[in-house]
Amino acid sequence: MSAPSDTFDPAIAATTPAPSHAVRPFYWSVRRELWENKSLYIAPVATAAVVLLGFLVSMSMLSHFHKLSSLADLDASEMAAPYGFSAMLVMLAGFVVALFYSLGALHNERRDRSILFWKSMPVSDLLTVLSKAAIPLLIMPAIVLGVVLGLQVMMLVVEMVVFAAHGLGPMALLSSLDPAPRELMLVYGLITAAIWYVPVFGWLFLVSGWARRVTFLWAILPPIGLCVFEQIALGTHHVADLLGHRLFGAAGAAFNSPTPGGALHIMLADMDPLGFIGRIDVWLGIVIGAAFFGAAVWLRRYRDPI
Amino acid sequence: MTAIEAKGLRKSYGKFVALDGVDLRVEEGRILGLIGPNGAGKSTALNAALGLTAFEGSLSVLGRNPWTERDSLMTDVCFIADVAVLPRWMKVSQAVDYVAGVHPRFDRAKAEALLAKTAIKMTSRVRQLSKGMVTQLHLALVMSIDARLLVLDEPTLGLDIIYRKQFYDSLLNDYFDKSRTIIVTTHQVEEIEHILTDVVFIDRGKILLDSAMDAVAERYAELMVTPENLAAARALKPIHERQVFGRGVLLFADVNRATLTALGEVRAPSLADLFVAIVGGAAHQGAAA
Repeated sequence: MSAPSDTFDPAIAATTPAPSHAVRPFYWSVRRELWENKSLYIAPVATAAVVLLGFLVSMSMLSHFHKLSSLADLDASEMAAPYGFSAMLVMLAGFVVALFYSLGALHNERRDRSILFWKSMPVSDLLTVLSKAAIPLLIMPAIVLGVVLGLQVMMLVVEMVVFAAHGLGPMALLSSLDPAPRELMLVYGLITAAIWYVPVFGWLFLVSGWARRVTFLWAILPPIGLCVFEQIALGTHHVADLLGHRLFGAAGAAFNSPTPGGALHIMLADMDPLGFIGRIDVWLGIVIGAAFFGAAVWLRRYRDPI
Repeated sequence: MTAIEAKGLRKSYGKFVALDGVDLRVEEGRILGLIGPNGAGKSTALNAALGLTAFEGSLSVLGRNPWTERDSLMTDVCFIADVAVLPRWMKVSQAVDYVAGVHPRFDRAKAEALLAKTAIKMTSRVRQLSKGMVTQLHLALVMSIDARLLVLDEPTLGLDIIYRKQFYDSLLNDYFDKSRTIIVTTHQVEEIEHILTDVVFIDRGKILLDSAMDAVAERYAELMVTPENLAAARALKPIHERQVFGRGVLLFADVNRATLTALGEVRAPSLADLFVAIVGGAAHQGAAA
């Protein structure tokens, strides 16, 4: 098997030029991102594990302290709350990981000089940046969706077992929880959030591809500086409002404003896809985000790699 | 077919001129050694040819402009940059999968056969491999790509002698054929001179020597002169003179062999000595490494 390494092996040398074979550069570029950044799926899964553990403890307490004789003992929204809450937590974990991923997406390869390896492959800079952009915009929402669904199925199973122990059938629980619209809302929320945050991820990609060091500071200081400047020079706070709207306005843009103070209880009927598509700030965000991503492509292509 | 053609190639960083009007033509099927001291412009020239840096003047690589047509060029060109650049987090198997997945000319079976001849395990991560093994891995990947031009920028830097020798033997035996072109830069001139077909000396952005290796042997001669003939030999205008064991060693260009043989022992100069003679005229630190 392993012959001395400097002997001449005609069998290998005589290999005729390999005919071109089909390649899937986008697919493998995305795979490569997942190989390098395991936190992309570990963080959501770990969050889900913590939630599940907490849920197990709470269920055991529930079954210990409450005499569950009928479902009337619990109202539906109280029972559904852990499901909505768990989805929010996993989404948040995924979002934070996606932010940090984006900040390193075009920076890490320059720092460890591996960009010289990636650039020796016939993978264009456009395709590379697109495959990286797919992580926060497509892959992460899909990971979150998968993890949340898995988590909620396990929570449901646990709850069914507990309820069954008290002589309550699974159908009653299911009808009370009404999972289908909940998951529809999750999918809708993930899609709209991904679109809403395009300019945020785009900005992070641009900084990641541009800054030689301290990407985090370059990402946050210019916007803060702009806010401070405006406040001092003009006494206004339009930039701060704009940034705040972008960072925290995703749910407000995608859902009709629910009853005041009830942010956690957004209902299926509050989904407003047509309104979302029709919003000028959504489209403006996409355009600005695309410009940021385009600049990141340009930088990777035309600037000296190291 | 011409692999590389440069005319008036220039590149400057602010006031520093890295390439100062380089004219170069490399035919297909050659192994060219690009030799020069640090900061001579070797890497800049290679980076320009690989579409990694902008340049002035005209430069054509396999008939394409590397700056504007880089994406299509990279199907036919492969390179190993001057440092270990394989990502440290990557597994050997992942590196093979990735290259197979993105490079249409990659021969996976060949890569696996080449790796099987080394001590590298498919399950290892790059960070677990020694520096020599990382280079072996990179070479195995690159040699399994049916590229028409291979550029190696200091590929054996920091490796011990055994790996360096294996590297070039493997390149010559398992990879090179007449349809391929290899360009290699290195400080260890003596290790590559026997594999080169062509040599270029470059210093301060200018080409000082551009020649086929056979022509070098014909044109340059080194004379170990006997003391009584020293004055006569000096009259023939050597381009360089040094002392070895108290005897004068003079390097001549374009001087008749018969004339020299009468004055002492004549032999072909090594590339390293020739390099010192041609490039080392001005005081260069570490030029003749």
